[in-house]
Amino acid sequence: MSHASVPFETLAIALGANELALGLARQGHQVTRVGSFGLSWLEPMLVIDGQAYGPVRNLDDLDSVALGPLDDLPALSRQHRLIFDRCARVDPMDYDPAWLLGQLEREPREIIEQIRASGLRGRGGAGFPAHIKWQTVFDAEATQKYIVVNADEGDSGTFADRLIMEGDPFRLIEGMLLSGHATGANKGIVYLRSEYPVAGEIFASAIAKAKALGLLQTFDIELFIGAGAYICGEETSLLESLEGKRGEVRAKPPVPAVSGLFGCPTLVHNVITLCALPAILDKGGKAYAELGSGASTGTMPFQLAGNITRGGLFELPFGISLRELIEDWGGGTLSGRPLGAVQVGGPLGAYLFDAQLDTPLTYEDLAKLGAGVGHGGLVVFDDQIDLRKQAHYAFAFCAHESCGKCTPCRIGAVRGKEAVESLMTGEYTHDQLEVIAELCDVMEHASLCQMGGMTPIPVRSALGLK
Amino acid sequence: MRAGESIREIVASCVGQIGAPITALRKVLQVHGHIEDEHVRVVAEVFNLSIADVRGIVSFYSDLRTSARGRTHIRICQAEACQSVGARELTQEVAETLGIGLGETSQDGSRSLEAVYCLGLCASGPSAMVNDRILVRTRVEDLLA
Repeated sequence: MSHASVPFETLAIALGANELALGLARQGHQVTRVGSFGLSWLEPMLVIDGQAYGPVRNLDDLDSVALGPLDDLPALSRQHRLIFDRCARVDPMDYDPAWLLGQLEREPREIIEQIRASGLRGRGGAGFPAHIKWQTVFDAEATQKYIVVNADEGDSGTFADRLIMEGDPFRLIEGMLLSGHATGANKGIVYLRSEYPVAGEIFASAIAKAKALGLLQTFDIELFIGAGAYICGEETSLLESLEGKRGEVRAKPPVPAVSGLFGCPTLVHNVITLCALPAILDKGGKAYAELGSGASTGTMPFQLAGNITRGGLFELPFGISLRELIEDWGGGTLSGRPLGAVQVGGPLGAYLFDAQLDTPLTYEDLAKLGAGVGHGGLVVFDDQIDLRKQAHYAFAFCAHESCGKCTPCRIGAVRGKEAVESLMTGEYTHDQLEVIAELCDVMEHASLCQMGGMTPIPVRSALGLK
Repeated sequence: MRAGESIREIVASCVGQIGAPITALRKVLQVHGHIEDEHVRVVAEVFNLSIADVRGIVSFYSDLRTSARGRTHIRICQAEACQSVGARELTQEVAETLGIGLGETSQDGSRSLEAVYCLGLCASGPSAMVNDRILVRTRVEDLLA
C-alpha cells in the first residue's frame, strides 16, 4: 500500500489539506498527518512514497505539481535543519523517548557547559547568551523553580514557533525536560497565543502523550493560552499574565532568572531557543558553535514573509546575506516589482533597503545597521511601500499594544502617531521630523521595556532618521 | 459546557490552574460569546479579587470582548506582512462595503469586523478569519460571501 503524508498544519488546512487527506484515504493510501516543511508557497504539500507534490489543489492532477523525490528538493536539501529535522517527516505523536532518557542521565553542570560552549543566544528577539540565564537559575537556591516557554509569537513575519509546535511538539518537550533537569526546575509552562489554536490542540495532545510515556513523573508541563496581547511576548509581562493579571511589564532588575513567576527563579526562553537544545547536546556545544558566523553561532529558522514569491521557513546557519535569502531562496517579490524595503525582526525591527541587502544575517552585522535579528522574521515589501505609513503604523501599533505602565511608551506612541500624521498632511509648519527624532530618543532611553524602547527602530529607519 | 453547568461552575473549574482568572474569562467567552458585568462579578468572587481587578484584566486583553460579535465575525490581519500584500486596501474595501469599521458590529447584528495582529501565515497574506475559518491570499469577495 502506498503511503501519503499530509500536513496537519494551519496554513495547509486553510488551503484544503483535510479534504486532501480524506481523498487520499478513500483512494486507499495509508495517510499520516504530519507537520509542515514550512515551504509556504508549496502548501498544501504532499509526500507520497517519497515523492513530493505541491501546491496540491486537487488529487486528479498530481502530475502537474510533481516536485520529484522529497530528498532532492533543493529548498530542503540546501537547508541545515537541526531544530526542524523531524518536522513534517514524522507523525508528531509517534515519539521514541530513548534518546531523551539517555540525555536526562547527564549531569546538570555538564549540560550547562555544553550550552555555554555552543554560544547559543536567545532566539526570541533579545539575543541574550542563553547559558547565563541557565547558570543563574541553576545557582539560585529555591524550593520552586520554573521553566517558562514564550510561545506568544506575535511578530508579523514569524511562524517558527507555530510550525515546530504543530509539527514536532516533542522537540519542545525535550527542550523543556532537559532545561528543567539542568536548572533544577520541576514545572514548565508554555504560554501560547490564542491566535494559534491548532498548535494548542497538538501541543495539548503531546503533553498527554508524554504523560502516557511516563516522561512527566518528576517534571510537570502546563499549557496556558493567552488572550490577545502582543506585549505578553515581553518576558515580565508574560509572567504577570501567567499570574492571572494584566500583562503590565515589571521593572528589571530583578531578572526573572532570580525572581520570576510568583517570585521564584524562572528560566524564560522562546520556543526556538529551547528547541535548539537537543541538537546542541546531540552534536556537542563545540560542534554547534562551528556553525554560523562569529558570535552568531548555530542555525536560525529564518522566516521569509510578506510580498515574496517563495516565502516560508528556512533553517540555515547564521551568516547568509539578506540578498541571498530574498532573491535566491525567496525568488524576489511576489508582485514582480522591485524591492522597496525589508523589515527584519518583527514590528520592532528596522526597515532595510536595497543598498543594505548584502549584510550578512548575524547579530553583530545587523547591530551595525541599528537593526536586529529578532525572532528571524523578514517581511518583504515592493516599491509601492509608503514608508511614512509604515512609521505611522509602528507608532500606532505601539499605542495599541503598550501595557501603559511607563510614560514614554504610553504617551510617546500616541504623540508619535500624531506627529507622523502631521508630517503626512503637512498640517504644522515646524519641523515634525525633529519632533519625531526627539520623541524617539526619549522612548528609546526611558521606556521600561523593548516595546517603547525599540519602536524608534522601525520609525527611524522608515523616515531616514539617525 | 455540560448541560446545566452554570457560569459559576465554569469559573470555579479553573481554580488552581496557572493564570486562572484569565482562563476562566476565556471559558466564559467560549460559552457566552462576550463578557458581561455579571460574569466579572462571579470571577471576582470565585478568585477573591476586586471587581476593579477583574475589569482591569478584561480591558487589557483584546480577546476578552464585552460586546456581542456579529453572527459572521470577520477578522482581518493588519500587521506588516499582510500590509505588504494589500491588507490595508482589503480592509478598507470590506469596511466600506459593509458600512462598519474595525471594532464595529452592523446594526442588525449580522456582521462584525475586527483587526487581528498576525495569524502566523505571513508568507500567504492577506490572512483573515471568518468565524473559526482561516483564509489566506484573501480577496474581498471571500469576506463578503
